[in-house]
Amino acid sequence: MKEIVHDTENRQMTINMGPQHPSTHGVLRLELDIDGEIVINVRPNIGYLHRCFEKHAEKMDDYSKIVPYTDRMDYVSAMNQEHGYVLAVERMLEIEVPERVEYIRVIMAEMQRVASHLLGIGTFGLDLGAFTPFLYLFTEREKILDIFERTSGARLLYNYFAIGGLIKDVHPDFKKDTAEFVKTFRPKIKELNDLLSTNRIFVQRTANVGVLPAKVALNYGASGPVLRGSGVKWDLRKNDPYSIYDRFDFDIPVGQGEMGTLGDCWDRYNVRVLELEQSLRIIEQALEDMPDEGDVTEAVPKRIRPKEGELYARTETPRGELGYYIISDKSGSPYRVKARAPSFVHLGILPAISKGALIADMVAIVGSIDIVLGEADR
Amino acid sequence: MKQPEEIFEYLKNEFGEDQLSFESGDIGQPWILVPAALIRNVSKFLRDDSELRFNTLMCLSGVHYEKEEELGVAYHLHSTELKHTIALKVRVPIDEPNVPSVESIWKTADWHEREAWDLLGVKFDEHPNLKRILLPDDWEGHPLRKDYVQQEFYQGITTGE
Amino acid sequence: MGMLDMKYRDSNIIVVSLEKALNWARKNSLWYEQFGLACCAIEMMATAASRYDFDRFGIIPRSSPRQADVMIVAGTVTLKMASRIERLYEQMSEPRYVISMGSCSNCGGPYWEHGYHVLKGVDKVVPVDVYVPGCPPRPEALLEGFLKLQEKITGETIIEKKETEKKSDTA
Repeated sequence: MKEIVHDTENRQMTINMGPQHPSTHGVLRLELDIDGEIVINVRPNIGYLHRCFEKHAEKMDDYSKIVPYTDRMDYVSAMNQEHGYVLAVERMLEIEVPERVEYIRVIMAEMQRVASHLLGIGTFGLDLGAFTPFLYLFTEREKILDIFERTSGARLLYNYFAIGGLIKDVHPDFKKDTAEFVKTFRPKIKELNDLLSTNRIFVQRTANVGVLPAKVALNYGASGPVLRGSGVKWDLRKNDPYSIYDRFDFDIPVGQGEMGTLGDCWDRYNVRVLELEQSLRIIEQALEDMPDEGDVTEAVPKRIRPKEGELYARTETPRGELGYYIISDKSGSPYRVKARAPSFVHLGILPAISKGALIADMVAIVGSIDIVLGEADR
Repeated sequence: MKQPEEIFEYLKNEFGEDQLSFESGDIGQPWILVPAALIRNVSKFLRDDSELRFNTLMCLSGVHYEKEEELGVAYHLHSTELKHTIALKVRVPIDEPNVPSVESIWKTADWHEREAWDLLGVKFDEHPNLKRILLPDDWEGHPLRKDYVQQEFYQGITTGE
Repeated sequence: MGMLDMKYRDSNIIVVSLEKALNWARKNSLWYEQFGLACCAIEMMATAASRYDFDRFGIIPRSSPRQADVMIVAGTVTLKMASRIERLYEQMSEPRYVISMGSCSNCGGPYWEHGYHVLKGVDKVVPVDVYVPGCPPRPEALLEGFLKLQEKITGETIIEKKETEKKSDTA
């Protein structure tokens, strides 16, 4: 009979929060070294959704055929992904897009930002046990998806932006629908704050958890709400403006450590809630100034052949800074496309901010960073 | 805020006239070509110097230059305090693709270098954990190279149609 | 046609065959295992939310494969993930069904040509009962997929064991 050995010296265990898990926002595998309930080290493993975007970009024989693949990288905020890619190629071709196209693009990007934050906040609450905000926020999100469907034909992955313009104009009631949505959505932000932001259980689970100091965030390359939650006022729409964002008047909310330490999960969550209001402001201003006439397809080139060179263009998506590094040779398809995804960079921060957390806190930390594995793995 | 040409002049004063070169294509942004042995010193200087202060590495990408049989690594840096950006490039021969790692200077480079190793086969010296990150550990080959041929079977499953 | 159309005897007794009763119970409470991989997972979540409600069909999400009847493979299956899917399928207890949702798990989707890491169809590792096409399929399409699965279950018998042949072409 085998002798039973009690190993009381080494208490450390390695467990697996595997690729199939209800609260890891996709196929992420976390290897946790734990001592009882306390996490000593975490090693994120990704690659379970690696869909070879960069290889496809080299093999598709036209620049415009890559747009649907950029949609599918971060599938929750598809319009912003398309915007970044289309902007980079237009800079290489040195073409100017018409005014009406710019305004429509900004409105679509900001509506998509609202939809993405609603999903991020809803699933964050769901992970921590709050089921009601998830249902309420998804109802609002459906209204945005209705407007997108009437315009582009699809609910989730649109293929709407073309290089040089859009593939077709907006539907006739677009201005009315969007203005109506903005009017009915404003009171819902207050409802969300009442339900979730000051709820005692939510605050206890997220305040002082996963604190990210500002210097560490900058060294690790954080951007977007993760960086702004640590108190750094950096937003590409104001600090490095692209498209027509310099014409609008809006604020940049930063975390202030109201409920706990500066840079904890609650701060990152609160930055997202405050950004909803700022996006509504941008949409209202854009609806007012949008020119009513103009052909959205007039600047779309028939053949896309940029000269030799390379470019790195970055835009602000709901998750952070999305960058496209494109190298072109003189043929009709790019030589190399590299997509720098914010979720990829943010997952590298996990080991630094989760030392000493409990296992249940890991769920809160991963939810507050708001990752989408489609863009982390590309 | 400095332009790329000014940054290049500043670096030339520090590191010598003939080590670095300033290149650009017909369109797009220019870059500074740095020899592989110097990249770590240049990076440290760019981060710590008070007139440059590049505190963030935005992106690190690997490139396969098939005609010249070289592998390249492109670094894109920016400064949140002084608001300027610069691009650096390193090129190494494909038989000996060793590049010093800049992970000790910007921690962003940790995962980006693992990805460049995984997909292109660029070896980074003194990286703490140079393992595959996106593909499984027992994958053969580096897929983003231009002459990559896909393996037929992986763990008993056909990879083709 | 439901079970309550069967013949009544006195005092609330319904007489029906065992097969029909079991199939009726199984198809009206299909609990699915949350297995969202990619974009189709967002549509699966939208189907479970309040506009296109799943719960009215008796379908609720469970996190553990041991408690689930159906596995909805929603999203692209990569080669790294394929062995995990097979393991999860084997952990489910019978009777178990698989719905393949979306183009990527039906046949590889938009990544069929140059995707070196994409499995061209999840039916190479698990047997699939219903294929729902679309990229991503609308929530109504997923609900139709469930209704087709319910039709399939209505026709099942308990005498013959369910065939579980994989469409795999390796040994």
